[in-house]
Amino acid sequence: MRLSATDLACRRGGRDVFAGVSFSVASGESLTIRGRNGAGKSSLLRMVVGLVRVAGGRLALEGGDPELTVGEQAHYLGHLDALKPALSVEENLRFWSAFLGTIVSDLSEPLRAVGLDALADLPAAYLSAGQRRRLSIARLLAVKRPLWLLDEPTSTLDAAAQTRLGEIMHAHLAGGGIILAATHSALPFENARELRLDRSSPSPLVGEGRGAGSRGDAQPSTQLLTTPTRNPSPQEGGEQKAT
Amino acid sequence: MRPLAAILVRDMRIAVRVGGGALMGVLFFLVVVTLVPFALGPDLALLKRIGPAILWLAALLASLLALDRLFAADHDDGSLDLILMGRAPLEIVVAAKGLAHWLTTTLPLVIAAPLIGLFLNLDAPAAGALVLTLLVGTPALTFIGLIGAAIAVTLRRGGLLLAVLVLPLTVPVLIFGVAAANAAVVGPIPFGTPFTILCALTLASLVVGPFAAAAALRQEME
Repeated sequence: MRLSATDLACRRGGRDVFAGVSFSVASGESLTIRGRNGAGKSSLLRMVVGLVRVAGGRLALEGGDPELTVGEQAHYLGHLDALKPALSVEENLRFWSAFLGTIVSDLSEPLRAVGLDALADLPAAYLSAGQRRRLSIARLLAVKRPLWLLDEPTSTLDAAAQTRLGEIMHAHLAGGGIILAATHSALPFENARELRLDRSSPSPLVGEGRGAGSRGDAQPSTQLLTTPTRNPSPQEGGEQKAT
Repeated sequence: MRPLAAILVRDMRIAVRVGGGALMGVLFFLVVVTLVPFALGPDLALLKRIGPAILWLAALLASLLALDRLFAADHDDGSLDLILMGRAPLEIVVAAKGLAHWLTTTLPLVIAAPLIGLFLNLDAPAAGALVLTLLVGTPALTFIGLIGAAIAVTLRRGGLLLAVLVLPLTVPVLIFGVAAANAAVVGPIPFGTPFTILCALTLASLVVGPFAAAAALRQEME
């Protein structure tokens, strides 16, 4: 199985977010998407699952089920946890596994994997932010899907939970899965490949965050003359693939 | 079918839990209908004559009460993203959510209507006819309301927009619902004529509502 993108472009609200993004990820591989705030990391993930329209380029999943769209074979872990506070931990997970199409008789296994098995009957309203995150990660374990798209998966997780997430992701890759993760923090992978979205448009906020890699290309002199952030030329965007 | 049953069960469960809107519809209905005799005075003949219209108006407002959060709640917590990505057809998911809403919010109101009708001097045959028209007509209100709920999904003050958008569309249902109920109470037209048209309106809205709402949701995700 191979997820490949050629010259992807994204337009949101009449503004070019990125253009010319190409990558290719095969079974057992992961790709970390990096970039400053607003570079389009989340938009790229949402584009892969079909929640944002592809403004240009091509996106294909080879070796998948031809009857299904890419999004239907993917798990998307977004900023929001998609949990209902009125339902218990187990009811939330049971709903999503039923909706996503698997009869799971025993949900204690995925709950134990994220360390929430003791809280199965607690309403989700009483969970902390990190526990909510862990519950949505349990969804990825309850329903098997080859492609995982993770948007800031480690945010709100404590050190132990981050390590646990690393193990879960390793196990998924070892089982032939594909992971695309957008993150600012380091993910626990030795040989993770990276995709940088922020080569274009030298941002005034370039010192912020972990966008250190892009700083070499930014030309400080142009910032004095005008504001180049308004109109990043699409030709300059993207075409990045690093190892 | 499993995803749809899951949606139906989940929405009904949320509605009957703490903070859900299940009994709000009945309570709102009760309050509105109770206010009418206070405003009009104890003229029993007048109340009997306008009773079906009052009950229908109150049912219309009550059934729209909790509708603005139907998709907005799923949008705010990220569930709507996963629903849109899912393998289940969005139109059917929307219909399942509409059905769950009708079962938890509007059906209790229909059941309570004969009791509340006592405030308006409704006798037994009239109450029976009224319940029948409400039972057949209120699904149309909910499913027309789905369209407004879907359009208002990303708006903060969606409830008001929902009412402005949806209430004009419910006029035919209101006309034939009240006409059928009145026909049973005072005559002279036969009950069957407006009642059949009411059934037709409901059947049409059961089809049109989910498709229009799903189209609005897809459009808005951009």
